[in-house]
Amino acid sequence: MTTPSYTPDPTPYVRRDVNPVRILTFTIDGRDVSAREDETILSVARQNGIFIPTLCHLDGLSERGACRLCIVEVKGAPKLLPSCVTLPRQDMEVTTNSDRVADYRRKILELMYSERNHVCSVCVSNGHCELQNLSVVLGMTHVRYDYIYPKHAIDASHERFSVDHNRCVLCQRCVRVCDEIEGAHTWDVMGRGITSRVITDLNQPWGSSETCTGCGKCVQVCPTGALSEKGKSVAEMIKRRQFLPYLQMMRREGRRAVAEGIR
Amino acid sequence: MDIKSEPSSRSSGEPAQTTEDRRWRLVNRTMRMHGNEPHALIETLHSVQEHFGFLDLDALKYVAGALRVPLSRVYAVATFYHYFTLKPPGEHTCVVCKGTACYIGGASSILDSIQQEVGIGPGETTSDGQISLLTARCLGSCGLAPATVFDGQICGRMTSAAVLERIRRWTNHDTGD
Ligand code: SF4
Ligand code: FES
Ligand code: FES
Repeated sequence: MTTPSYTPDPTPYVRRDVNPVRILTFTIDGRDVSAREDETILSVARQNGIFIPTLCHLDGLSERGACRLCIVEVKGAPKLLPSCVTLPRQDMEVTTNSDRVADYRRKILELMYSERNHVCSVCVSNGHCELQNLSVVLGMTHVRYDYIYPKHAIDASHERFSVDHNRCVLCQRCVRVCDEIEGAHTWDVMGRGITSRVITDLNQPWGSSETCTGCGKCVQVCPTGALSEKGKSVAEMIKRRQFLPYLQMMRREGRRAVAEGIR
Repeated sequence: MDIKSEPSSRSSGEPAQTTEDRRWRLVNRTMRMHGNEPHALIETLHSVQEHFGFLDLDALKYVAGALRVPLSRVYAVATFYHYFTLKPPGEHTCVVCKGTACYIGGASSILDSIQQEVGIGPGETTSDGQISLLTARCLGSCGLAPATVFDGQICGRMTSAAVLERIRRWTNHDTGD
């Protein structure tokens, strides 16, 4: 007999502010699917092997709905809806891959590129970058908008990591993993609109942060080369995220044990 | 993070009298009124700004500790809202409304002429600390568009010339030309 290999529970983030008992049925791309009332359209699609691109979503973190790449068309709804934060309704008809959706997704990507300085050829994450991969998958060949070329600094004050704001897409994964998993909440986003920027503590050099534990979770979940380990050269930064579903599961178990008075 | 004691040195340069400082007592009262809960953050920042004129880093740190809100979240909130300022205000402040009605009424050219006159843009203070220029998103006085506020006093139907006249009163510039 072979020992079954261990795979962490991939249960995605579940919203608990709605009654979680009802099961409903609806269609995605013409396929009949069933879902619990508290599951997102994205999560149901993934369970059924239907691809929806995502950038800010990460299994194991709460949803932010920040990137809008997961938009889908819902019959009867005038707007496209972000599937990572939209719950299904009975008999909803969802389309994940219409021309309209594909066109909008490419536009969103192009806007992301135009907003900062994403120069892949000199980036530590070249070849392992989620933004780059999405551009390939979604067929983005060029950017139709004027680049803004903002002047953003690199903060290399931390002993082991650095942050290059030129590559940041403001997905807030770093903010969420630091808050929800590590519990430090070192990161947040300052300002608003085009001037938004991720910060550590009171917008101070990362290396001088009082709250950073140096765990590196933010670096591992960052989809681009914005957060990286020092000493990595072009294309050398490969992120490791396998810890996330595991930690999420153990946190959940820990909370349950406390609630049930076992611990 | 432990709760820090009130910041001792305020940039106003007055003697460090911390707990005796009436202004901090007022800020503390605001927090207490909300049970020192994290959700009192915005209310508390308002209180700090009202009593000190701006939010400096020591104050943000103090509020973060007292309300148990992460430092970065406090900074994020303080920089999200236009109303809050992290820099000491000038002796005088001029707010130019850039709401829709005032924008159409010519707020941009008013801002341009201020920039030409005293060399500051929105959010900036003259180097002598005399005048701060701010913008607002609709003051609720659209009937008076374009509207500006000089040291808390609202003035409607402004022109560049009228605004500069008010500013020169502050700068004591010879209106010579
Ligand atoms: S630094 Fe990375 S993880 Fe954080 S917001 Fe920017 S792109 Fe996302
Ligand atoms: S994945 Fe849904 S908005 Fe980013
Ligand atoms: S737009 Fe200026 S007061 Fe309303």
